[in-house]
Amino acid sequence: MSILINQSTKVICQGLTGKQGLFHSQQALAYGTKLVAGVTPGRGGEQHLGLTVFDSVQEAVDLTAADATMIYVPAPFAADAILEAEEAGIKVIVCITEGIPILHMLKVKAVLENSGSVLIGPNCPGIITPGECKIGIMSGDIHLPGKIGIVSRSGTLTYEAVKQTTQQGLGQSTCVGIGGDPIHGLRFIDVIKLFEEDPVTEGIVMVGEIGGSEEEEVADYIADHVSKPIVGYIAGITAPPGKRMGHAGAIITGGKGTAEGKIAALSAVGVDVVRSPTEIGERIKARLS
Amino acid sequence: MNIHEYQAKQILSDYGIPVPVGKLASTVEEAKQCAQMLERNAWVLKAQIHAGGRGQAGGVHVVDSFSKIAEVSHQLLGTRLVTKQTGDKGLPVNSVWIEETVALKREFYLSVLVERVSEKLVFIVSEAGGMDIEEVALKTPEKILSVEVNPIVGLQSYQCRRVAYALSLKGEQIRIMERIMRGMYQVFIEKDASQIEINPLVETESDNLLALDAKITFDDNALSGHSDILALRDREQEDIKENKAQGFGLNYITLSGNIGCMVNGAGLAMATMDLVKLKGGEPANFLDVGGEATAARVTEAFKIILSDEQVKAILVNIFGGIVQCDMIAEGLIIAIQEVKMTIPIVVRLEGTNAELGRQLLNNSGLSVIAAEDLETAAMKVVDYAEGI
Repeated sequence: MSILINQSTKVICQGLTGKQGLFHSQQALAYGTKLVAGVTPGRGGEQHLGLTVFDSVQEAVDLTAADATMIYVPAPFAADAILEAEEAGIKVIVCITEGIPILHMLKVKAVLENSGSVLIGPNCPGIITPGECKIGIMSGDIHLPGKIGIVSRSGTLTYEAVKQTTQQGLGQSTCVGIGGDPIHGLRFIDVIKLFEEDPVTEGIVMVGEIGGSEEEEVADYIADHVSKPIVGYIAGITAPPGKRMGHAGAIITGGKGTAEGKIAALSAVGVDVVRSPTEIGERIKARLS
Repeated sequence: MNIHEYQAKQILSDYGIPVPVGKLASTVEEAKQCAQMLERNAWVLKAQIHAGGRGQAGGVHVVDSFSKIAEVSHQLLGTRLVTKQTGDKGLPVNSVWIEETVALKREFYLSVLVERVSEKLVFIVSEAGGMDIEEVALKTPEKILSVEVNPIVGLQSYQCRRVAYALSLKGEQIRIMERIMRGMYQVFIEKDASQIEINPLVETESDNLLALDAKITFDDNALSGHSDILALRDREQEDIKENKAQGFGLNYITLSGNIGCMVNGAGLAMATMDLVKLKGGEPANFLDVGGEATAARVTEAFKIILSDEQVKAILVNIFGGIVQCDMIAEGLIIAIQEVKMTIPIVVRLEGTNAELGRQLLNNSGLSVIAAEDLETAAMKVVDYAEGI
């Protein structure tokens, strides 16, 4: 078991014919992901990596019964790609693209509110269920099928958590990068809820950072609804206020969204918040034994 | 991206929002001419910098003679103004905005921004204008009203009326308020703003509404589609090193410590800074080399880190996913040779091709300290920075 994606998930790639799309599709295929088609408007009928390219997501879904998509479309067109996937009934939409204008995302979120689709990202590494399905830019070989659910706003910090849980022999049920943008798809609260319900997931690692209030929001939820042990890490203790720390969403404004505030909120509900990102693996192992 | 107050007022005025009459001067002579052309007995003179808190910092003056205009503009132009928002170095005052004075009855706060929890555009309004809105929110939250706009249907008239009623506006003022809010909303949507703030919006003695101050921030992700907005950019108000980094696709932010950091990924870059601090050091910068770090970009990243004379040691922390460690190593070697590095560099490589990357570094003949893990790397770089 796992959350959101597994070995039978059929994936398409929007933007397959681009440099990024092609490279990461190749990597996904090599990992064993059931990648079944590509979509690039105007390039329908081409073959790449042994996959057929379609002009539209609907066509690809009709012919392949795909239920997930990974989007490597340039930022100005990415919102259009997400909405196209939603209308075609794709269940899990993973958008890797960084730099989507925030007003585009507001419209996307308004549509997704009444939809059967979920969005992961944008500006994220993607999602992986180790040994089964990889949709994103993470390197597959650091993962190990196992029992820790990982959810993170940061790509490379997810890799740290993955490497450590692999080294500890725990492995991962599913790893979800929810992305570094202020307006994005699944939030901490959505993913942690899924991990709580997933029988394979025994422990949860959440990696947050400065900006916004999603960590505080999930703390309230954890207090009443989550029984599994959670180890947390929050990046940005040394980040100055008012500065965007790389991610569009990583900014302290008006004294809100500080790392200390998030650490306090999570600690108060029993989340084991580590001060050093190097302690994540050991700590979750200790919590499970 | 930020713009100056006078530019923000021009945009708001173009969209039908009433603003005071004013003129821009960049010399003392121009300042006097502006004051003359405005044909008033008194003026407000405001230093134009990309930061708030100007009033308390001596950047805003009410003057009532041409000699005072000359005196104050002479005093401000060409200096750096330090406010509570600028940091110790302050920002350069290259121009002053000279405006008519306004007799006012009440001051309000009005802004529109993207609210992350509701994921909607939200108007925030308060009867307590002219003050720091965060303080108002903290001390008297009952004085703040938020109005959410559904992005699919847009701003509605009843929402504008609700704001007007909350401020006890009467008659024609209610219609003016709707015009102001519609103008702000239109600017937001058409120009891809990320925040528009009018603080204060004032009710004048003659019962008009006027935007006495204005601040607009634009969404960096959407700037490429707005050449008119990009033309308003004032690079002198921005950090030189941060701008230079941006030109190479690097995310760099200046901090005050002495340990330079070069990391791939924003989250890991923050975590690396935090870890340096946790081990007793002080990070000199945030630097994310990004997902497509080529040798050339890594070289530039090093040059930017080294242009900060305070830097005593550098920590390179790369978790190779998309960025492969051998490529990073090649970049490091070229950069170290090119900049004739004289300070210690601690490198931690992990992930794709890490072993190959370490080999390249070890065989380069350069004095690079390769650390086995992040913990050790952070401890070592702190030791080197302290000269141990």
